[in-house]
Amino acid sequence: MMTARDNLLYFLYLHRTGLTVLALSVLLLVWPLLESNPYNLGLSNLIAIYAIVVLGLNLFIGYAGQISLGHAAFFAIGAYGSAIGTTTLGGPAWPVMIVVALAVSLVALALGLPALKLSGHYLAMATLGFNIVVYSILVQWDKVTGGPSGFSGIPYLSIGSVVFDNEIAFHYLVWTVAMIALLLCLNLVRSGVGRGLAALAEDETAAAALGVDTRRAKVKVFILSAVLASVAGSLFAHCYAFVSPDSFNIFVSVDFVIMVVVGGMGSIWGTLFGTALITLLPEWIEALESYKDIIHGLILVLILLFLPQGLVTGIVDAVRTRIALSRHHA
Amino acid sequence: MLELRNVSKWFGGLPALQDVSFCMEPGQVTALIGPNGAGKSTLINCISGVDRAQSGSICLAHHPIGALPAHKIAALGVARTFQNLKLFARLSVLDNVLTGLTVAAKRSFTVSMLRLPALRHLERQLRLRALEALDDFGLAKKAHWPASSLSYGEKKRVEMARAFVSDPRLVLLDEPVAGLNTEETAQIARHIRRQRNAGHTMLLVEHDMELVMDVADQVVVLDSGRCIACGKPEVVRSNPMVLEAYLGRMEATA
Repeated sequence: MMTARDNLLYFLYLHRTGLTVLALSVLLLVWPLLESNPYNLGLSNLIAIYAIVVLGLNLFIGYAGQISLGHAAFFAIGAYGSAIGTTTLGGPAWPVMIVVALAVSLVALALGLPALKLSGHYLAMATLGFNIVVYSILVQWDKVTGGPSGFSGIPYLSIGSVVFDNEIAFHYLVWTVAMIALLLCLNLVRSGVGRGLAALAEDETAAAALGVDTRRAKVKVFILSAVLASVAGSLFAHCYAFVSPDSFNIFVSVDFVIMVVVGGMGSIWGTLFGTALITLLPEWIEALESYKDIIHGLILVLILLFLPQGLVTGIVDAVRTRIALSRHHA
Repeated sequence: MLELRNVSKWFGGLPALQDVSFCMEPGQVTALIGPNGAGKSTLINCISGVDRAQSGSICLAHHPIGALPAHKIAALGVARTFQNLKLFARLSVLDNVLTGLTVAAKRSFTVSMLRLPALRHLERQLRLRALEALDDFGLAKKAHWPASSLSYGEKKRVEMARAFVSDPRLVLLDEPVAGLNTEETAQIARHIRRQRNAGHTMLLVEHDMELVMDVADQVVVLDSGRCIACGKPEVVRSNPMVLEAYLGRMEATA
């Protein structure tokens, strides 16, 4: 017979993912009441925006086992698309965001179809090249993009009479989107599609023999991650009302990859940790500010040398193996 | 069930398979034997779509599959194991077996991301099937272990559970007992016999002649890419060409 306690434990176990998401959501709901410093709120908002990009990128790198050094470009197209669509063309913000995301999905399809025939170094180079092209356009085409000095005067987002024009309002907006993205990604990886992607990451031949359409799956994940980056870019533009090319250069792409690596390959929860850590690191240690890229590079090299699955995943995997073996011997 | 006609394959100028033809009946175990380098694994790769034969035809239930990509062949109900284990080390044992149900799972990204009740229900059914398969292969207790922490023999069994979990029409087993000790080999032999009794059609590539003679209904012998004999195990065993391929040219010793 199952006692009430067993029932409760089983319920908790069965709904562990949903309950963790719920707990985190409650924490995020009360966070602005506890933290009144707008600077800190601004930081946590930036974490949310980056997390949306990195969640998608982790599906592509950590699950599907591919590499992209060009996701800042999709982030840029989202941001500049929304900026130009709402400011220059005067479109309504939300529909523009959706149109831009659809456009980005087409760009990702056009880039992904040929590029995803490549793998490893070649794919890294192709996506890096794409990022450089997009960055150059942002800098050179100054009539449309505002050039190196940036694009200002982007309107704030609003829903009805609620205008998202301060840190607390942003907090609820960006974290809502981030939590939805988190939930969608968690659902995806817990499904047959997610297992297919994980299989693909480890062994393409075996995945194909099990019925995974490897080429199609890779392109789909690439598009999904690009769309998430685009949405995050749109939010970024509307939150800061200003965008400049420096937020989208290749070092930002590399930072996204580092966030994935710190969070761990194929760990959705780790993604939040990795994003937060890399975003906050320069804030905690002032000396890091000027040597940021060096430090980030060092972190990347060290983790990949010693824990190739990524920091969080590597530790979790090791602990799991330990527990399994100790139970076995007990 | 499976019909191969004049299947040929070259690697560069080197013939790996030359005009291989044979048929497999449903519910039967066909063993594919031959010396190293005879083209056994190449043939399995061609049937499962991992590799492609350059000429000849491969038909599954009268449906040509020779030109299909691997995932489409899998969708038609062909499952396989690999000679060098191809388990997903980072996934749990259960998730490894669940990847064997890829064809039965929903393939839509949108449906998966929304995880509506219908999908939850399907996922729960798939999990039960996977656990059942693990139980069949005596691994239910280790369902939540990371696959990397299993022993070699256990990994072989997980691969077999992954191949059989979807109840496929045809299972290709590439050297299921290679590298195993006698006890583990006997265990795998029991599993193969049980799957045959359950009505599964299997193509078994194997060096272990004892196992082959024990479980096979039909034996196909390959030598340097040619099919040199095909028939019942006891007939093939006494075929002089087979003896020659295995033991070298027999000198007249009288």
